[in-house]
Amino acid sequence: MKTLPKVDVVIVGGGWTGLLMAKELGARTGLSVAVLERGKPRKTADYIDGMDELDYAIRLRMMQDVSRETVTFRNTSADRALPIRQLGSFLPGEGTGGAGEHWQGETPRFFPHIFELRKHLVDRYGAARLPEGCTIQDWGFRYDELEPYYTRAERLLGISGQAGLDPFEGPRSAGFPTPPMTLAHVPRMFLEATKSLGYHPYPLPSANLSTTYKNPDGVIRPACEYCGFCERFGCMVGAKAQPSNVLLPVIAKQKSVALRTGANVRRIVQKDGKAIGVTYFDANRTECFQPADLVMLSSWTLNNTRLLLLSKIGEPYDPATGKGQVGRNLTHQVLGGARLLFDKPLNRFMGSGANGGMISDLDADNFDHGPLDFIGGARVVAGNSGGRPIANFGAVPSSVASNWGSEWKKAAIESFDRVAGLNAIGEHPAYRANHMDLDPTYRDQYGDPLLRMTLDYTDNDRRLSAYMNAKLVDIGHAMGAREVTPGEELRRYDVVRYKGTHIQGGTIMGASPETSVLNPWLQHWQCSNLFVLGASAMPQNPSGNPTLTLLALTMRTADTMVARYLKNPGSLT
Amino acid sequence: MVIYIDRQLAGPYGRDGHRYTQEPFEDGVPEQGYQGKATPREIYRDGIAALGADFDKLPTDAQDAKLRQMEDSYFFTLLRQHTIEGMFCDPMHGGNAGLVGWQLIGYPGPYMSWAQEIDQHFGKAFRPKPKSLADVLGRKTTPWEDEK
Repeated sequence: MKTLPKVDVVIVGGGWTGLLMAKELGARTGLSVAVLERGKPRKTADYIDGMDELDYAIRLRMMQDVSRETVTFRNTSADRALPIRQLGSFLPGEGTGGAGEHWQGETPRFFPHIFELRKHLVDRYGAARLPEGCTIQDWGFRYDELEPYYTRAERLLGISGQAGLDPFEGPRSAGFPTPPMTLAHVPRMFLEATKSLGYHPYPLPSANLSTTYKNPDGVIRPACEYCGFCERFGCMVGAKAQPSNVLLPVIAKQKSVALRTGANVRRIVQKDGKAIGVTYFDANRTECFQPADLVMLSSWTLNNTRLLLLSKIGEPYDPATGKGQVGRNLTHQVLGGARLLFDKPLNRFMGSGANGGMISDLDADNFDHGPLDFIGGARVVAGNSGGRPIANFGAVPSSVASNWGSEWKKAAIESFDRVAGLNAIGEHPAYRANHMDLDPTYRDQYGDPLLRMTLDYTDNDRRLSAYMNAKLVDIGHAMGAREVTPGEELRRYDVVRYKGTHIQGGTIMGASPETSVLNPWLQHWQCSNLFVLGASAMPQNPSGNPTLTLLALTMRTADTMVARYLKNPGSLT
Repeated sequence: MVIYIDRQLAGPYGRDGHRYTQEPFEDGVPEQGYQGKATPREIYRDGIAALGADFDKLPTDAQDAKLRQMEDSYFFTLLRQHTIEGMFCDPMHGGNAGLVGWQLIGYPGPYMSWAQEIDQHFGKAFRPKPKSLADVLGRKTTPWEDEK
């Protein structure tokens, strides 16, 4: 093992949160910072060659290479976990910028009551209304404390949107930095139809810029071209905010920050209750020890959890007893949907990842759950992200029974540009049984145990999904579709069909070290010079896309680091 | 189509270069996804053998009947998926020759901007002439299956 010269801060993972923390420390302190990213370097100029659906959206060229490391999955602790041999239900990134390069760019804020979800639901409906085994918890601070950071995060990325249309949005200290995107035909139909039904629609807050924008760091990015190659792709012009186009231009000028690609971290090294650095394999497969005074984990939900387990930091969660913290409150997403078949062409090939209309009327606890048999809600979205043909060919009217053969083929050709979808992207409450630990059988390329996910839906989740499906059918009819088909009934969690890349939990924050890994500053409760950034800190899935919130959380931690921690290292609570 | 599928099967995808292939291979539930040991190349070899050596000489009705018998197999799932891929991929992969697939469904390919069109043509078919990635860039790019 090669021991490297010590740095002040080592950051594990070069995605949104890791690079944002590096940029903040680089701008505001003289600390030496090393960012370790296991994938390859990436930059905007590379992406123009990537407008290829097959390689990028189907073969998943920008995603984690699961031939070297994956996770295993089972529905319940009674089942045998097997490896996810090819990615399906979620798509972790790999390479500079991580999943922040191939995201869609939808950037809603979370509603104020989301930060005190358990307290809110118990106060309103009583503890008996929480589903059996539900382990949702409060974040340990309130929306008001995060609000200034939401505003800063929106300015950093230049979020396009329109404030004041959503009656459920939390107080804002500023409007959006740029006006909403120009919406395509389908989202416009959605806005009109939902308004006529009494909902409160608004254009989706978007990190795909509606206009040229210069952010507070002086980084200038151009407006979106609506080319339709957004999610699962990198943006060829830099209009979609990505770590490579928002953060790297600043970091490149910071002499105190070094980004090392091809650096795959295996362990956080601990001594006397403090982190003293990390070990990793570099691009030449040389094992290195990087000593540091401060360790930041920012390697996405699953790997953050896995590295704490492999490094034996904190107590692994045991679902049988409810004791332990690392791995608890694994959540993903509860979905509903509807397919809309129109009589007219929709020109779906134009668009962008966050080109859409949205309503919050059915989200979170924005509607009365008193007479209902579930908790939770969903944001309802009609998007227009680019109608690419391999993924979208094949939808046919319900009168066509087969999914192949000449009758199907004829109908699929006719229907290709006449089909749109409505999505309900729902909250996923945390449950005692859903968790992560280390797999006893399967290993990665170095021989380390894979992470094991144990995850299933509950009756609460199925009722939420069914409720949303029915609402979406009404909206679809109001949009004038000839045929509206509700989404499939939600049964068990599977790792085959894509559900979004918003996996959360495992290293959650909270007010008590009994039930959380991190304090509300994202600082490890026991190991005070270890911080964990990203959606692994979120106690449960709040329906909304997490990126804006995890950027705001990272800025809040960076502020606290500069204002308090560096002057007096130790617990911030 | 055949050229497309041959090239995919000959490349890293067909040899499971992108899949986690560590043992043990165990039967799972459908929620866990495909858990077989066989690579796409092997699945095709077995599937084509099951169709019979005379499959290409059968009348189309008889071909359909044979396919119908195996429509629940993983081979058929792959064959159907790869047929759609070959029909609608960028021609650099060997399918969609002459952009016939995109012309058939009115998909224009990877144009660099629709900023002037995004709020136009509502309810009317807007069908620009299809272009491949090489047409748009004015040069060739290397598809993933050909990369070393």
